[in-house]
Amino acid sequence: MTEVRAEMVANVWKVVTAEGEEVSDGATLVILESMKMEIPVLAEEPGTVTKLAVAEGDLVQEGDLIAIIE
Amino acid sequence: MLDTAGPGSAVLESVLVANRGEIARRVIATARRMGIRAIAVYSEADAGLPFVREADEAVLIGPPPPARSYLDAGAILRAARDTGARAVHPGYGFLSENAGFARLVSDAGLTWVGPPPSAIDQMGDKISARNLMAAAGVPVAPGTTEPVRDAGEAAAAAAIIGYPVMVKAAAGGGGIGMSAAAGPGQLAAAFETARSRAERFFGSPAILLERYVTPARHVEVQILGRPGGRLLALGERDCSVQRRHQKVAEETPSPGVSPGLRARMMDAAVRAGEAVGYQGAGTVEFLVDARTGDFTFLEMNTRLQVEHPVTEMVTGIDLVEQQLRIAAGEDVSFDPDEVLVQGHAIELRVYAEDPNRFLPSPGTITAWTEPAGEGIRVDAGYEAGNQVTPFYDPLLAKLCVWGPDRDEALRRARDAVASFRITGLKTNLPFHADLLDSEEYSDGGYDTLVVSRLRS
Repeated sequence: MTEVRAEMVANVWKVVTAEGEEVSDGATLVILESMKMEIPVLAEEPGTVTKLAVAEGDLVQEGDLIAIIE
Repeated sequence: MLDTAGPGSAVLESVLVANRGEIARRVIATARRMGIRAIAVYSEADAGLPFVREADEAVLIGPPPPARSYLDAGAILRAARDTGARAVHPGYGFLSENAGFARLVSDAGLTWVGPPPSAIDQMGDKISARNLMAAAGVPVAPGTTEPVRDAGEAAAAAAIIGYPVMVKAAAGGGGIGMSAAAGPGQLAAAFETARSRAERFFGSPAILLERYVTPARHVEVQILGRPGGRLLALGERDCSVQRRHQKVAEETPSPGVSPGLRARMMDAAVRAGEAVGYQGAGTVEFLVDARTGDFTFLEMNTRLQVEHPVTEMVTGIDLVEQQLRIAAGEDVSFDPDEVLVQGHAIELRVYAEDPNRFLPSPGTITAWTEPAGEGIRVDAGYEAGNQVTPFYDPLLAKLCVWGPDRDEALRRARDAVASFRITGLKTNLPFHADLLDSEEYSDGGYDTLVVSRLRS
């Protein structure tokens, strides 16, 4: 199981994946936006997205959970 | 270093500054010095910033997202009406190059501190601007003269233009919506990237293709359109130090521009401004081919430029003062035939970002100590205790350094970077230290890829 967390304070611009989806290593899960820059959040291993903790428009803090991959 | 306007020089009773951070603060400073009442507008995220406190009046216009505050024309015009503002200064970014907003300001009976809306429109669309410049005799790179609609059209156009090509959002700016293709294999992806950003950030899918000049220097010319249609050019700024097509450091004079090239670029910039009946402060950007020394038109920014302080430092001219005077129908405060460029100036943009990957680093500033000394000017948007939020661009401050020559300016810049202390978040100050120490930058022979070489 891997917990994917936000690296910085950001807005959730786009949610690319969904709960239950199979993702490959390096797949884009969500795209954050901070300071006019898009920051893709990637899966670090292949697996199933068992939890998606954010929705488009959310503000995440550094360290906040974005998704769990199992 | 700036000239000072004496009492009674107020050309406008008041000005509302439709912007935030360092540029709002900088415009407010000149307005107040000229005896003009300065009105700030701010979002809920910015209530604690210095520009709000330093204005004569400040109006909360909305929540943090730009669309609901600094891009909300209605909220800004209501603030202008409620405070009795007589003019609107847009700064840079946000609504500064929005011709519709400029017209709304004028229609409300207020003075727009900027060029005629028609000039903003003509230069805002990069395709029409390129065509207009070519007709005016300003050199343009080979490129498309009409919007490119799909990847197939893009491939056909690129084959004629020749690789490498740059794919750009016609309505774009600020380095966003640009993607380069080195060869046919990269074109479809570059086209899709540019088009999705074009729609998302600029609300227009129009795309143009242009020959990508590399290696190149990015050099721009400051112009001022005076009442009565006379234009003057105030020298160039070298903006080749960029990451993600966004500027990080600028200097004037450019170490890559000879006197002959400078004269030709200034002449072309004046022709560019004349072609659109330009008034006020504007900047004509060019790419200079580092191998041949030829230059081509890139775009015109119809507003005050972020890096305007370096021009102010070598000329002693306050560009915001000229903007306010011209907007009020007055001539510039100096004799255009007696402009003397003295010494060398460098601007380093201090961003809230990590100094290696350049990723955003919002946070709370726990300590902030600015460098001081001869030739040092800091245009800062923040101070200790402020929160830097993810809603706006990462510019914290502009560290500007003047010296009697480039070597002395570099020496002072190195000292200033070393003594600028910002804690609580990551900044790119360590990058600036590396830049100033690098042989490529110190020699002056750098081009637009210098940052990628320093960080590869």
